Amino acid sequence: MLSLITFLPLIGAVAVVLAPKAWAKTLALVASLAAFVVSLFMLASYNNAEQGFQFVESVKWIAQFDIGYKLGVDGISLWLVMLTTLIFPIALWFSAGSITTREKEYYALMLAMQTATLGVFLSLDMFLFYVFWEFALVPMYLLIGIWGGERRVYASLKFFIFTMAGSVLMLVGILYMGLNAGTFDVEQLAAGRMFVASTPLFLAFAAAFVIKVPLWPFHSWLPDAHVEAPTGGSIILAAVLLKMGTYGLIRFNLTLFPDASREWSWLMITLAVIGILYGAAVAFAQSDAKKLIAYSSVSHMGYIVLGIFTLNEIGVQGAILQMVNHGLSTGGLFLIVGFIYDRLHTREMSRLGGLWGKMPVYGTLALIFTLSSVGLPALNGFVGEFTILQGAFLANPTATAFAALGMVLAAAYLLTFFQKVFLGQYRGDGAAHADAHADAHGDAHGDAQGATALLDLNWREVLATLPLLVLCFVIGLYATPFFTAMSASVQGMLASSGLAMR
Amino acid sequence: MTMDLQIILPVLFPLVGVLVNSFFGRRLGERGSGVFASLMVALSFGASVLLLRQLSAQPHTEGAHGLASQLFPWIQVGTLSVPFGFQVDQLSILLMLIITGVGLLIHIYATGYMHNDERFPRFFVFLNLFISSMLVLVMGDSFLMMFVGWELVGLCSYLLIGFWFSEIKNSEAGRKAFVVNRIGDVAFVLGILLIFTTFGSLSYTEVFKAVEERGAEVAAAVGTITLLLFIGATGKSAQLPLMVWLPDAMAGPTPVSALIHAATMVTAGIYMMARSHVMFELAPTTQTVVGVVGGLTALVAGVIALTQWDIKKVLAYSTVSQLGFMVAACGVGAYTAAVFHLLTHAFFKALLFLGSGSVIHGIEHNPKTATHATGGHGGGHHQGIDPQDMRNMGGLKSRMKITFITYLIGGLALAGVPPLAGFWSKDEILVSASQSNSLVFWLLAVTAVLTAFYTMRQIRLVFFGEPRSREAWHTIESGPQMTIPLVILAVFSVVGGVVINWPFEAILPAHALSHWLEPVLGKLEVAHFDFGMAGIFSLLAIVAMAAAYFMYKRSYNETVKQEPLEKLGPLYALSSNKFYLDDIYRVLVVIPFHGFATVFAQVIDKNGIDAVVNGIGGAVRNASLVLREIQTGFVRSYGLVMLLGVAVLVAWFVFTR
Repeated sequence: MLSLITFLPLIGAVAVVLAPKAWAKTLALVASLAAFVVSLFMLASYNNAEQGFQFVESVKWIAQFDIGYKLGVDGISLWLVMLTTLIFPIALWFSAGSITTREKEYYALMLAMQTATLGVFLSLDMFLFYVFWEFALVPMYLLIGIWGGERRVYASLKFFIFTMAGSVLMLVGILYMGLNAGTFDVEQLAAGRMFVASTPLFLAFAAAFVIKVPLWPFHSWLPDAHVEAPTGGSIILAAVLLKMGTYGLIRFNLTLFPDASREWSWLMITLAVIGILYGAAVAFAQSDAKKLIAYSSVSHMGYIVLGIFTLNEIGVQGAILQMVNHGLSTGGLFLIVGFIYDRLHTREMSRLGGLWGKMPVYGTLALIFTLSSVGLPALNGFVGEFTILQGAFLANPTATAFAALGMVLAAAYLLTFFQKVFLGQYRGDGAAHADAHADAHGDAHGDAQGATALLDLNWREVLATLPLLVLCFVIGLYATPFFTAMSASVQGMLASSGLAMR
Repeated sequence: MTMDLQIILPVLFPLVGVLVNSFFGRRLGERGSGVFASLMVALSFGASVLLLRQLSAQPHTEGAHGLASQLFPWIQVGTLSVPFGFQVDQLSILLMLIITGVGLLIHIYATGYMHNDERFPRFFVFLNLFISSMLVLVMGDSFLMMFVGWELVGLCSYLLIGFWFSEIKNSEAGRKAFVVNRIGDVAFVLGILLIFTTFGSLSYTEVFKAVEERGAEVAAAVGTITLLLFIGATGKSAQLPLMVWLPDAMAGPTPVSALIHAATMVTAGIYMMARSHVMFELAPTTQTVVGVVGGLTALVAGVIALTQWDIKKVLAYSTVSQLGFMVAACGVGAYTAAVFHLLTHAFFKALLFLGSGSVIHGIEHNPKTATHATGGHGGGHHQGIDPQDMRNMGGLKSRMKITFITYLIGGLALAGVPPLAGFWSKDEILVSASQSNSLVFWLLAVTAVLTAFYTMRQIRLVFFGEPRSREAWHTIESGPQMTIPLVILAVFSVVGGVVINWPFEAILPAHALSHWLEPVLGKLEVAHFDFGMAGIFSLLAIVAMAAAYFMYKRSYNETVKQEPLEKLGPLYALSSNKFYLDDIYRVLVVIPFHGFATVFAQVIDKNGIDAVVNGIGGAVRNASLVLREIQTGFVRSYGLVMLLGVAVLVAWFVFTR
């Protein structure tokens, strides 16, 4: 079943390449929806009480080094898999209305990326994991490089170099460990677990993961990548790709090197807290809406890293839930920015304003995603944030006090965003369009659409946001089932690695 | 009907209103959506009354927990377990009745006040959402549930302050309110985190039981917890130093000011302290801080109220000042008196705000001078005078008779003139303060006199004398949707104090409120009615009002326009500049933060971190240029570099093993 989920999108990608161009959208959507449906079946038969991996598929691959093709899902990866299978159809659905050049390539790459990210979350073999990890890099590089904005070459290159730099260190770690232990099997490595060079290995893995997260001060690739990426790519980048980093920290750093994790938790917590405050402050100073949201990710991902390195059950579970929450709310916010960019071809907040009056549905949806990101109770972000802070308070009250200040800053920059774009006076069609022309973006569909009046969201756009919106409320009001599904695995991981000592 | 459903009904009805008006508001039209929203609040009020009856039937003993129901587990992680739970006891039911009762009157009033507003249904969506949120705040059975309501009312406040958002200063005021409140909220959250860390639970019942059992052992932690909670309260209840948001919040439509920024939301801090009195009683240092902060806030806000010209700003500072009274009462341990004043203040201050709204509405919408036949308030399209500036008013006494009489009643109640509502509750606070903390007492005593003065100053400027503008000249009385709520609130402002907590053993049962609250607040020392003190303060109030009346009669009328308080020189400047609080914040917080943010964004993130990174990138690019000469693409060349590097490192690992 897991292989089916993982490779359905790739099969779809092949089909997109072979089929006529007109079918590309539909085929892509069908393939990713098929993966989503299968993942729902997986979710339905997932056993919450089970600590270890479920639906395991294992085939020998390179026997000489004990490298296997091994997939499995547990409470740590379950919701990330679900998030991935949910977000991709949404991103593709949105793209159907905004990507007009080289469609076949675009959809094929998106689908390939889905396979890669699912592979990352499901691999139980380090070698296989690395293959998927690197495989995820290439489609995103190309998505930014081909469908991106003005500075797309710079941004895609920066993205590539950054993540590659970290990956290389991780590869060294993987090879060293695998060759030393005689196996690349994650479960066996976790059970064996005595690595002499635990600190260097911890740091090698952490290098790859913290860049991907990105943890301060390794974040500077992210705003550039986001600003240049097409909306579909931004959604995937924020909602799924960043989670590969935080997932890796739990799956490998905590599980394989618990002692080093404890030893270095102060460093990770410090960087996380700096990132929370720094990301928020920089977000506040942005004038480009997309850049603002990109920096908000730096701040929000800081909370997740903080939760992970509390090394206790409450913090880690909060962090896992917050990965999903961040995917939902930030994915939603990128959709929101995408809608207006498709209409007015600007993201410069000083040129927007008063949109709530012009587009009531749009404004209301934007408000809900903004509030989810602010961490307002009754929406999902609050549950994750509070749980993380509670875990962190048990581990390190001082750091928590600083981290909590992020709540004030988040309100400041997100409400500024909302005010600049949606409140105040609408600046009028004429002005916005004149600016849009001055912008001279390389988008193919400019003038024809720009000349029409500013319309509220159509059903296609509302539909794209709806699943995210509903989940924001569901998690916000009834988070228990989400925690229940992950708790056995998280407890098991913390107990077997000896971290659970509170 | 099961308890689960029954207890949640008051919250659910307004939520139905939210949904219906969100989706069908436009189709329902102005009348339909306004009536529906009001109806939902009426049902919520009815459901609360039913709960009151049920609660009264229960044994009235200390430590009883009232009606409770846990609907489902909201958050369950490890040992952290927070149910979606509600509880109705003697304290929360009082607030529920105020929220839904006063809320209903204000909904009805708003159907008249918001007439012809282009976003009429949306206004009622927010108003209904507020009612639900505020009910969650007082009905939640744990600190986290209280926080849920706490944040949601903050959201509603944000949305309603900035309701006329096309005017950017309105949305600015909303954002300021939310952000300043969040500063307090951070402390509140840290308090909650420490509560869980100390007691392993967040439910009121369990935490308070543990506090009583463990006593001295947890005193240090409780000291910190109460301080953190109190900082939270200074945000929502607009105390020093976080009071700066409330005056700006007057940018919202006047019904909002009456409901949220006078009668209900801003008293959340007092509710919170009364609810957690078990902890505050164990923390004498916090108690002192609370008392002094409350007293200082009362005085500072009272001084500022003396010199404001905006009719709503006077009331706003007056609200801050009166909240200071309640907070100070908590600080001296007089929780019953605090709740008592909360209730009477809800009546007379809502009345005053609605009355001011009637005045503003009258000046804006009178048939002779209205510049626009249709369209709501505040849209920024006024050519004429500022309709909230009292300098443009005067002589409305004969033009708006109902508004005048009810406003006068509200003013007298606020000034503490017997036997109106405010007199009794204020007196109880003063007596309690005099018995426990003389500094707090004197702060409040001075404020009480100032209150009477600024109240009469306002009444004189608005209603007496001759009109000082064409608009004021042509003003006529507002319609019945607006005047009927005024009359009802006026009745409560007259009899509220006597009925709720009559201090004598005659005619009515004595100290009804104190006894009613015993299961929650415990058997507190009942403050005895002090004839001497009551007499002195009544006299002082009347003297101050007379002084204000005659001073402004002489020096501010249609011929002379001279603010008599200007003679006070620097003190006047301090007052009219609001103690420079906003300027202090601008210099100490806002400008530095903007500076840091800009430096981070423009200098460090662009030149620092990025420069290092781009340096590396440049080096790699140069290397890749070399590689490109051997005809490789970007990606492949990095792949090659990577592989070479890996080979070297692997070799190093292998050989050094």
